[in-house]
Amino acid sequence: MKRLQHLYTPLIDNNPVTLQILGICSALAVTTSMTTALVMSLALIVVLVASSMIISAIRHHIPTSIRLILQITIIASLVIVADQVIQAFAFDISQRLSIFVGLIVTNCLVLGRAEAFAMRNPVGLSALDALGNGLGYGLVLLLIGFVRELFGAGTLFGQTVFPTIHDGGWFTPLNLMLLAPSAFFLLGLLIWAIRSVRPAQIEPVDYEISIEPNRRAP
Amino acid sequence: MPDLNPLIWWARLLALPNESRTKTIAMAFIVSGICALLVSSAAVLLAPMRDANLAAEREARLAAMLESMPGLADIVAQYGADSLETVVVDLETGEPTDIDPATFDIAAAAEVPETSSIIPGEADIAGLGRIADLAPIHILREDGELRLVILPISAVGYQSTIRAHLALEGDLNTVAGLSIIEQGETPGLGARIEEPAWQALWPGKELAGDDGEIRLSVVRGRATSAFEVDGITGATRTGNAITAAIHFWLGDYGFDDVLANLRQGAGLQ
Repeated sequence: MKRLQHLYTPLIDNNPVTLQILGICSALAVTTSMTTALVMSLALIVVLVASSMIISAIRHHIPTSIRLILQITIIASLVIVADQVIQAFAFDISQRLSIFVGLIVTNCLVLGRAEAFAMRNPVGLSALDALGNGLGYGLVLLLIGFVRELFGAGTLFGQTVFPTIHDGGWFTPLNLMLLAPSAFFLLGLLIWAIRSVRPAQIEPVDYEISIEPNRRAP
Repeated sequence: MPDLNPLIWWARLLALPNESRTKTIAMAFIVSGICALLVSSAAVLLAPMRDANLAAEREARLAAMLESMPGLADIVAQYGADSLETVVVDLETGEPTDIDPATFDIAAAAEVPETSSIIPGEADIAGLGRIADLAPIHILREDGELRLVILPISAVGYQSTIRAHLALEGDLNTVAGLSIIEQGETPGLGARIEEPAWQALWPGKELAGDDGEIRLSVVRGRATSAFEVDGITGATRTGNAITAAIHFWLGDYGFDDVLANLRQGAGLQ
């Protein structure tokens, strides 16, 4: 099944976050808890799949000169609709996600898939590719969210796992985990781990600073 | 004779080369038109649910505030919670404004120069530096008669900014309750202002003497009159901050004009 390749390669082998380093801004911001990470991932998957399918369906009629504008218009409209739906049906989560659902528009991942894949491939394949990339993004978000919520607050999806000392338990929460830098550290460690297991992902060195022993500063 | 069948026009448009000017403009209009329709219908269809969520949020916040005040929930239950209204007042004039309390963010307003004022050093007993020009207050009426006014007060304490709600009874001189909303004082000492036992000392205390001067304060040790509240041992500066908060927020820069208007029964109807 060659078609299914588009679904599972973005999960690890070509993960949009850990390999392409796309969409990490939101990956840092919404991963303080599993609930927000899950809702954000779902919103992104819906927007990504829908926009890829629409753009793929009309790809033969998109004039090259305005293709980016059309793509962004479609993506932005879908994002607004997704934001409205979340505000209507999951109000308190929308308060916690604040502006990040709206910022899916600027998530390079969505425009990247539209431009790189949906513009050149049929609807079915584009949907699979979008779903795969969305799941790859969601996987990273949930992994980081898992570690941050578990060690930062001792809970998972708001359910107590480690009783904290504030509630008379034994666990001292690592407050660093709830701050943005910890997501950077975790993401870095994750990328390191993946690239150690799969050395093919290691990028070639762009340039090297050579130190010439005899060179004198002007 | 030109063919007026729209389907043929549509097919002709699609058959145009992608780079033609007509098709570029047509595609731009069609895509933006469909997107506009999608966005506006979603906004209109979901608006009632979003508004209901916002209203529920507002009520939940108010309920949380009332719950944090010992004994206050009973008062509200007695008069009916519906009669509690929230008004954003102008501290300068004491007049109410027509700003929706749900959208007013006092913390954000206090940080922007346009919506806040600097308190001159000698008057700034609460140590706040800059306060918002507007403040939200809660008013409870029964048969048009003033029963309860809840004022937000704040001051810089020993190591944090203390925020509290001060509830006054209908005579605007008797304290109905004090509720600490936010504080970060020393645990075990200043932080004890959060204890219900200490907050329970407040109801029945009086604000000002016959001359109208604010006299209510937190004292060291035991209170000896209706104008005094027991201090907490080891938390003198936290107690002083609460005193400063009351004197500041009921004084010239705070709610004095608002309370004067409320006393006259004018304006804040």
